[in-house]
Amino acid sequence: MSFSVTEPTRIEKWVAGVLVVVYAVVTLLPLIWIIGTGFKSPSDAIAYPPKVVFDPTLEGYVNLFTSRARLTPDALEELGPPETWYDRITRQYDMVITGPSLYGERFLNSVFIGFGSTFLSVFLGTLAAYAFSRFKVPLKDDLMFFILSTRMMPPIAVAIPIFLMFRQLGLSDTHLGMILLYTAVNLSLSVWLLKGFIDEIPVEYEEAALIDGYTRFQAFYKVVLPQATTGIASTAIFCLIFAWNEYAFAVLLTSGTAQTAPPFIPTIIGVGKDWPAVAAGATLFLLPVMVFTILLRKHLLRGITFGAVRK
Amino acid sequence: MAEIVLSGLGKSFGATVAVEDLSLTIPDGAFVVLLGPTGAGKTTTLRLIAGLETPDRGRVVIGGREVTTLTPAQRNLAMVFQQYSLYPHMTVRENLAFPLKSPMINAPPEEIERRIAEVSSVLQIGHKLNNRATALSGGEMQRVSIGRALVREPHLFLMDEPLSSLDAKLRADLRVELKRIQSDLGATFLYVTHDQIEAMTMATHIGVLHDGRLVQFGSPRDIYANPNSLYVATRLGQPRINVLPANLFGSAPTGAEVIGLRPEHIHQGEGRDARVIRVEHLGDQTRLHLTLDGHPVVTLTDAHTPLVSGDTVAIRPEAPLYFDAQGARVTQGA
Repeated sequence: MSFSVTEPTRIEKWVAGVLVVVYAVVTLLPLIWIIGTGFKSPSDAIAYPPKVVFDPTLEGYVNLFTSRARLTPDALEELGPPETWYDRITRQYDMVITGPSLYGERFLNSVFIGFGSTFLSVFLGTLAAYAFSRFKVPLKDDLMFFILSTRMMPPIAVAIPIFLMFRQLGLSDTHLGMILLYTAVNLSLSVWLLKGFIDEIPVEYEEAALIDGYTRFQAFYKVVLPQATTGIASTAIFCLIFAWNEYAFAVLLTSGTAQTAPPFIPTIIGVGKDWPAVAAGATLFLLPVMVFTILLRKHLLRGITFGAVRK
Repeated sequence: MAEIVLSGLGKSFGATVAVEDLSLTIPDGAFVVLLGPTGAGKTTTLRLIAGLETPDRGRVVIGGREVTTLTPAQRNLAMVFQQYSLYPHMTVRENLAFPLKSPMINAPPEEIERRIAEVSSVLQIGHKLNNRATALSGGEMQRVSIGRALVREPHLFLMDEPLSSLDAKLRADLRVELKRIQSDLGATFLYVTHDQIEAMTMATHIGVLHDGRLVQFGSPRDIYANPNSLYVATRLGQPRINVLPANLFGSAPTGAEVIGLRPEHIHQGEGRDARVIRVEHLGDQTRLHLTLDGHPVVTLTDAHTPLVSGDTVAIRPEAPLYFDAQGARVTQGA
């Protein structure tokens, strides 16, 4: 078979361009809408027909981060004029800020559990993948298949046994429990992906390092690991995205201390149909994964096409 | 530098025997070349000595110290691989410093700098020190790779066809360079190659391997002139040794089945008549392809030979080698 590269015609370029624009609009519109809603007032957010042009306000963000109480006009009078810009926003509704909301805490839980489980998945996955790639492991193929088989059903199918197990072990609603759970789910993906990457690294490099006076572990650390960064980065992104977005287990197993942001954000709706606050929470929640992905972007492109190109 | 003693070394991979009952003493300061076709066990032997493989049987002794169960790092040797030789994520300088920074050596920075400067000037890679290893040409990579072996002062240098992936000119240059380095350092080298010129020009000793066994060990001259089997005789010589029925030129020693005649060991002008098939002018030598009783014979001749295809020339053997039916050497008069 032969392939040739020809300059696309004008029409082909036009069609391609239109398709890209349509696709971009379809995928970006919900995102833009959510970001926009975060800056609307509650009444603008539920206006019909929907408002495309609106006066931006930080009300949603103020409501997201604070708990507020309604005061009688007398009590408000006693307080005097509002002192800060966010006080002013809440006073419009005869409310005062009584303290921070739980969002910050839940967000930090997400960060801690998401990055913690990602680190653990990638760390254990790299070691396991290296061992599977380089050593004579008895029943290697069967073990690899077993690891893959844990992916064959949706994790939520075992929700009830896990719920009971966690209760027995005292892991319900703990950071450790959630980190272990997400690590367990991600580990199979991580081992398989990373084994592919490590298989691609010629064993000669480590052998050279062994002869150059290094131990097996030092050779792994100084020679294999730097060459596996592409694989590790893309695996980390996949693991983080799963752990970050996971909703079902988070609802089932956390309620307080270890609750992550995904189950928390919808509960904001309960407090006065505050859609801008929900949108603000979702917008902020998007940022860490976005930043993480952008930081690792140059590794990612080579990562997702791995195996297709030889170095 | 040290003497290397291998005794009764054996290694199998599953049902395949890679090395069998291999005993060999490499004298201090020797340049030993292992010859043999693919699968003869050359690379496995190297890896057993390096500690990259564990022998099933036998012992490896380096400089009087038994190292059979030690890790590669503990054996203090350097190895140059055929390919994938440089760490791709490091610069040339970092590659050269890597062995010196190892916990086994842990040289001080000034010492590392000094050694790198020395080696890079010998191998003419000084101007490439800050390049990434992947930004070098094949020849430069292999020079750096040899340099990485040279920065240390190991007991033994192991080289697994280090020049085979290079072009002819570079190979010739590096061959001379390697031999010079070896004699300057007085280092002990164990070198695996397919290339006869490398073997003949660099070696002080040649070991010929056949199916994992060491079949002959001696000086290049000895291996060439006194092969103990037909197999060894066919390893060296370009054009290859002529293998003919033993009685083609009259009486042969008892037990001899075949006669081995090096192309230069055929005297022209007397003996049996052979017909000229083709005259090949290669520049440095002129080959004469003959046929004698239907057996092809190749010999060398004068560049200005008047012989042309179809002519007849009389030939007789000079210093022939006789072998029995199994290919073992039969000495004349025995």
